[in-house]
Amino acid sequence: MGFMEKFKNTFKQNDREDVSAKYKEGMKKTRNSFSGKINDLIARYRKVDEDFFEELEEVLISADVGVMTVMDLIDELKMEVKRRNIKDSSEVKDVISEQLVEIYYGEDNEEIEEINLQENDLSIILVVGVNGVGKTTSIGKLAHQLKQQGKNVVLAAGDTFRAGAIEQLEVWGERAGVDVIKQNAGSDPAAVIFDGIKAAKSRNADVLICDTAGRLQNKVNLMNELAKVKRVIEREVPGAPHEVLLVLDATTGQNALSQAKTFSEATDVSGIVLTKLDGTAKGGIVLAIRHELNIPVKYVGLGEQIEDLQKFDANAFVYGLFADMLEEQAE
Amino acid sequence: MAFEGLADRLQDTIKKITGKGKVSEQDVKEMTREVRLALLEADVNFKVVKDLIKRIKERAVGQEVMESLTPGQQVIKVVKEELTELMGGVQSKIAVADRSPTVIMMVGLQGAGKTTTTGKLANHLRKKHNRSPLLVACDVYRPAAIKQLETLGEQLSMPVFSMGTEANPVDIAQKAMEQAKEEHNDYVIIDTAGRLHVDSDLMEELEQIKATVKPDEIFLVVDAMTGQDAVNVAESFNEQLDISGVVLTKLDGDTRGGAALSIKAVTDKPIKFAGMGEKLDQLEPFHPERMASRILGMGDVLSLIEKAQTNVDEKQAKELEEKMRTMSFTFDDFLEQMGQVKNMGPLEDLMAMIPGANKMKGLKNAQIDEKQLSHVEAIIQSMTKQERKDPSLMNASRKKRIAKGSGTSVSQVNRLLKQFDEMKKMMKQMTNMQKGKKGKGMKFPFM
Repeated sequence: MGFMEKFKNTFKQNDREDVSAKYKEGMKKTRNSFSGKINDLIARYRKVDEDFFEELEEVLISADVGVMTVMDLIDELKMEVKRRNIKDSSEVKDVISEQLVEIYYGEDNEEIEEINLQENDLSIILVVGVNGVGKTTSIGKLAHQLKQQGKNVVLAAGDTFRAGAIEQLEVWGERAGVDVIKQNAGSDPAAVIFDGIKAAKSRNADVLICDTAGRLQNKVNLMNELAKVKRVIEREVPGAPHEVLLVLDATTGQNALSQAKTFSEATDVSGIVLTKLDGTAKGGIVLAIRHELNIPVKYVGLGEQIEDLQKFDANAFVYGLFADMLEEQAE
Repeated sequence: MAFEGLADRLQDTIKKITGKGKVSEQDVKEMTREVRLALLEADVNFKVVKDLIKRIKERAVGQEVMESLTPGQQVIKVVKEELTELMGGVQSKIAVADRSPTVIMMVGLQGAGKTTTTGKLANHLRKKHNRSPLLVACDVYRPAAIKQLETLGEQLSMPVFSMGTEANPVDIAQKAMEQAKEEHNDYVIIDTAGRLHVDSDLMEELEQIKATVKPDEIFLVVDAMTGQDAVNVAESFNEQLDISGVVLTKLDGDTRGGAALSIKAVTDKPIKFAGMGEKLDQLEPFHPERMASRILGMGDVLSLIEKAQTNVDEKQAKELEEKMRTMSFTFDDFLEQMGQVKNMGPLEDLMAMIPGANKMKGLKNAQIDEKQLSHVEAIIQSMTKQERKDPSLMNASRKKRIAKGSGTSVSQVNRLLKQFDEMKKMMKQMTNMQKGKKGKGMKFPFM
């Protein structure tokens, strides 16, 4: 199936089923005729030459997809074009589609990846990331969502460093109607998490979500502290943490790759929460992260309301990514 | 690796053109492509990159290559000059109103670091300018944002004005102004809620606050890690609020920070401060030149080039080259060469200036032992004139004497002799290979 058809089908399906109005609301700026735009781009270049590839490169880069990923893609495209002896730009469309799909979805699956929760047992989710990406907010939203599903959720206020962080989590706890385990500001985060685990166990909780302080990934001491937090969880509950979610700000550029790498080294990240996707930033770097580190995106943040956390839908994401870019190109 | 510096990127292209008197148009094209990629990897917006590359091309085509610099370095120099110029000079001055209080408004996206920067700025004003600021908590949306500012106020022992989360931010700002006048605060710093530049309701709220308090400064706070979207954010905030300056936060991370360039290019407003850590005194004036180097990921190549230029006597260098070719390089020459390197300053400083040196295996955290250098010096100085010219004279008793005279051991003398021999061999190979061209990977015995 060609790329266009795939998209059309996906969106027809999505419209029919009305999968997530929120998702569409958040990305509505980008919901224009996608295939029309890609045709525009192609129409302007009758020949598949260096200029064509250069512009395609720019289109991808402007969404923060990441230079290395883009270069790989373009190289593969060039090879395919040569192999199939394609000279006309209209024919290259399908090749682009195939390559995109391969890079973005990988070869194995196109399914939405669920978070890993234990049946009838305590699941622990550790949430990590740099400063200001929206860790605490995402935890609040996630807690709300899990609570809505009938889970018994406990939050642990592991950010003991930033002023007001504990209070911020408490407010989210109130909104979501879940308990927050905390100590005083400045106390050892590993100790707070330890308390959180004990409390979660004694309350027979289904899910414990651990907040941590934002830290830049090049601060070795702080990354060690995070590794220690994870060790405490591992020691207290075998098999835990069941998810380590790295929260990424969609406005972040190439540094997100470095964040994903370094946080993975310290805590073995299992999924990404991509926040602030309701702005104009596209967060294309998650594609590079998926491509280079094979870490999937599990949730996206599409607003400040408690319901504004959605499961990641790769089709919708790629759609939003490219529609906007091509719009710009067509101008 | 995803993050190569410009200097590393240019290596291959440079190799091809080394020794050419002029850089051809094709060479420039190849080099500018590398420059382009380096800038894009650093998150500079692609439109900004396009304009820059155009100017760099114009300047580089046909430009004579300075004798003392390789063409590649010449290109780097042009690029850096362009970047530095685009970024402007150091401007960390904060406005002072004719009639107190001076009002500063902090605006930006969520999570950029507005509240922390508000605290840092207040601290800066008190410490460096002896002012007494009033902090105003206008972020009524994010949970505990007011609490965060109040905690910072406590840490700084500074007053914080707040009216809870039920009040209207415009009213809060207005009431705060009244209090500041009563209490004789000479600065008012207004912390606003983070918002998306496309959120017209909240942007409207900022315009209302602006109209009410008539700020002397509006600082856009931007996360240094921002990618291509930085232009959209900066453009919108500037269009709607006419910002007066930018504060770049989280620069203590390992991001290249190309956003700085994008922001400057689209707003033409100065970047005044840089957030360099989580502590309240970690706010520094923004240095455009350092930022240019950082974006290019090239260490301080230019200072290194300049240092080498002033310290290495051109004539001596020519002679040395001649000696290398004819294999008449002696211990005396070696001593002289060592002296020149030492003149450039402490070796560790030099190493720090070499791009990529911190990534090289073995060089990471390398403690260059200056003591070992003086051992080498002492050994050579303990040789007779004949010995220095012709190391083949060496025998056991001479070595023993040299070791005694230099306070070292025979094995150390042997090691130096062996290294010197290897170095000569290497020089021969090098000069045969690329007549007189600057060699790569030359090893000094002390490294």
